[in-house]
Amino acid sequence: MSVAERVKTLVIDGQNVSARESQTILEVAQEEGIFLPTLCRLEGLSEVGACRLCLVEVKGINKLLPACVTRVEEGMEVQTHSERLDRYRRTLLELLFAEGNHICSVCVANGHCELQTLAQRLGMDHVRVPYRSPRRKVDASHARFTFDANRCILCTRCVRVCDEIEGAHTWDIMGRGVESRVITDLNEPWGNAASCTSCGKCVQVCPTGALVEKGKAVAESVKHPDFLPYLKRTRGQQS
Amino acid sequence: MNTSAKKKVSVATVWLDGCSGCHMSLLDIDERLLELAASIEIVYGPFVDTKVFPEQVDLTLVEGSVSSEDDLAKIKKVREHTRVLVAMGDCAVTGNVPSLRNPFGTDKILRHIYLPNAPTEIVPRLLPSVLPVHQVVPVDIYLPGCPPSADVLYTALVELLAGRTPDMKDVTRFGK
Repeated sequence: MSVAERVKTLVIDGQNVSARESQTILEVAQEEGIFLPTLCRLEGLSEVGACRLCLVEVKGINKLLPACVTRVEEGMEVQTHSERLDRYRRTLLELLFAEGNHICSVCVANGHCELQTLAQRLGMDHVRVPYRSPRRKVDASHARFTFDANRCILCTRCVRVCDEIEGAHTWDIMGRGVESRVITDLNEPWGNAASCTSCGKCVQVCPTGALVEKGKAVAESVKHPDFLPYLKRTRGQQS
Repeated sequence: MNTSAKKKVSVATVWLDGCSGCHMSLLDIDERLLELAASIEIVYGPFVDTKVFPEQVDLTLVEGSVSSEDDLAKIKKVREHTRVLVAMGDCAVTGNVPSLRNPFGTDKILRHIYLPNAPTEIVPRLLPSVLPVHQVVPVDIYLPGCPPSADVLYTALVELLAGRTPDMKDVTRFGK
């Protein structure tokens, strides 16, 4: 970072903070030790603002803003927690649980799942909307990995890591709305996807039990996404 | 004998579509059950002989999801005669393992398991989909976990007996 950046001063949860102008509200909040729930965000990948869990209130703006894609501005007054935000965040989690088939007790990621952990942390102890119970397939055609669409929350981390870091772009999104789903290559079985390098990055960044290594039993799938910031940093130095 | 003892809190336990693991967890409270026994009386459930749900119960713990017509009738009756209804464990709270059949539909599952011999008489008819308890009747307290540990159930009971709403979010979760 050779070009000097301007400093912006803003208020987060009543606290005066200063930030570099390129930073997002989320980055600054995290630096200040403020917890904001996130699911689609992962350090080392581009931001998409898909999960909406990091929505915050900004004074003078009528709608809620996703902290991960909103840059800081001079004089901004941000509220990261309120009764309304807590309610919305819990509802978002409930909708995620109701949309797929997330049955924690029989999941390989049980105890290591970001969705499950967030539900506990935000006090979401039941789902008020009816479960959709969609009929979704499991793709076990790859030699080393399994994709269980039942547990996919469409965070697109797999799509981004495959495109941005591995450079293969095997994963993508197909369909619209509630029919959206991640696919490999041109919607072929993963095992037939010629572009896949079998690097396993998608598995490591997946927040739930949707992408897992084969041969893991219940609660055995522990993910290691920590390679990402390191890779990103070393590559940044090369260019 | 202490004749001025307070009236005991009546507690019922109900077993719908679950594996009985939550009831096992309840027994796993071990010697602390004796302590609880001083202030509660188990009036109905798999642990006692009573066949008919009592007219008025203070606290009912429900294990299991609502999966059959029998479960449905039972839980409606239980709710009607219970002051505080607790959804105990993931099956009651989310549908959990029994609800794995939901994406496929009841008929398909019955055909898959029993071939042409699916029972149609004597056993209760299955509902079109498995439901968590709160989607059938109002629930007062949720205790997720598969099963919730003995400590979780004990602490929740102590809190409830003291007239407080137990906050168990730091000690239990879905799947735990």
